[in-house]
Amino acid sequence: MSGGILGSARRVGAMVMRHYYLIRGSWARILDLFYWPMVQVLLWGFISQFIASSGVTGFLAQAASVLLSAALLWEIMFRSQISLNMSFLEELWSRNLGHLMVSPLRPWELALSLFATSLIRTIIGFAPASLFAAFYFDVSVYAMGFAFFLFFLNLVVMGWGIGIALAGIVLRVGMGAEGLIWAFVFALAPLSGIYYPVSILPGWCQAIAAFLPSAQVFEGMRAILLDGAIRYDLLGRAAVLNIAYLAGGVAVFLLCDRLSRKSGRLMQLGE
Amino acid sequence: MAEPVIQVEGLSKRFGEVVAVGGVSFSIAPGMVTALLGGNGAGKTTTLGMIMGLVTPTAGSIHVMGVDMLKNPQAALAQMNFSSPYVDLPGRLSVEQLLLTYGRLYGVRGLRERIAELARDLDLGELLKRRYSTLSAGQKTRAALAKSLINRPRLLLLDEPTASLDPDTGDWVRRYLSAYQERHGAAILLASHNMVEVERMACDVLMMQKGRMVDRGSPAELLARYGRTTMEDVFLAVARGEAMPALSEPVA
Repeated sequence: MSGGILGSARRVGAMVMRHYYLIRGSWARILDLFYWPMVQVLLWGFISQFIASSGVTGFLAQAASVLLSAALLWEIMFRSQISLNMSFLEELWSRNLGHLMVSPLRPWELALSLFATSLIRTIIGFAPASLFAAFYFDVSVYAMGFAFFLFFLNLVVMGWGIGIALAGIVLRVGMGAEGLIWAFVFALAPLSGIYYPVSILPGWCQAIAAFLPSAQVFEGMRAILLDGAIRYDLLGRAAVLNIAYLAGGVAVFLLCDRLSRKSGRLMQLGE
Repeated sequence: MAEPVIQVEGLSKRFGEVVAVGGVSFSIAPGMVTALLGGNGAGKTTTLGMIMGLVTPTAGSIHVMGVDMLKNPQAALAQMNFSSPYVDLPGRLSVEQLLLTYGRLYGVRGLRERIAELARDLDLGELLKRRYSTLSAGQKTRAALAKSLINRPRLLLLDEPTASLDPDTGDWVRRYLSAYQERHGAAILLASHNMVEVERMACDVLMMQKGRMVDRGSPAELLARYGRTTMEDVFLAVARGEAMPALSEPVA
């Protein structure tokens, strides 16, 4: 009853449906999906409009639209990570983890279900905000074409890598580590060069940025928007880093699950 | 003799310097209701946790339906289930959504029919569309019971199944569980502090104290052995260390 790829797919699907039921029945959760991406679009959209209307020319005039695109792309990464962690925290808040962990659901299947739920939630939150930006502020990330799809994929996977590692840490340490879920990704923001080129960072920061997929994506985004060039080298580097970080994140999650069973923490979290 | 549903050998769990379970061995035959008794801190919950794979033992082995729980827990987990008032279910989901979710996790065939059958048996028909969090304690217990029976488990682990229930509902739950056990030949391992429940349901009692198995027998055997008239008095005798010296060694 539990074996095989089909069995795994069914269990992952069951968990995705579990979160669909949860969100469908909660206006607060539905609103939460749209609220922050929309706030970001409004904030950066008006800032961009203000810069564009202040009579600047050349690079600064172009930079106005880059700011909104950057804010939208950053939202993809943040949504991906926070959506994964919110889905995981829902199990802890509802004290349901114990039932899940004594069901045939394997820890890696739980991780896969969190990835799937995160992707769906990210798309649901991002799509209206990005479409609103296109129609109201005349800034469309979709104008970047296929490159946008690659940016999206890289940022989502980076969010997964961070999110699943953080879920593992909560599993190991307990709810005391919940704050990390909200704060960690913002520590990467200054190094990711979201609104400015990585080249303005001090040398040691640039060295760290070289290992951040997000920094490659934002450099790549500026290359398209300012120079019209698709930097496949940056995209490739981001993809390689993401594969490594995702594997690392899953390894952290599985290790923390094992340590949590060893220390008895899993039983406490499940109750 | 039929293969035991649970076979535990030399099971130990240490948390740092604390020995929660100290080398217990026991087996549970199929189709029997076995009670696991002991005072707070006796090691019952940790033992249950290890049988379910939530806690990794420090030493020893656990086989559930012949499956090594330390190597391939999922193969056994699909054939067992668990219920406890201390482990909640998602309150914002309706009872039907809960049963659909767990039915899919357990790979139940004919899931809609199974849910309808459980709703009929457990009088849940009116509650299927209601959110779990809005149910009364008795209704929650019935819904949790439906979840724990969704996969027709061959082994059911129950932690205080009638805690916080009024006597009438508690009695109803006990009768239902006994009927399920007889109808399906399932084994039930029950951790409880309710001695009336143990006397009524269990045909075999495992008694734990300070992480060790200190006695075992049917309720009638234990009553005779300790010269008491109720299981409550037997429990008190064991919890207060009045067990007979000959029985203070681990019991397999």
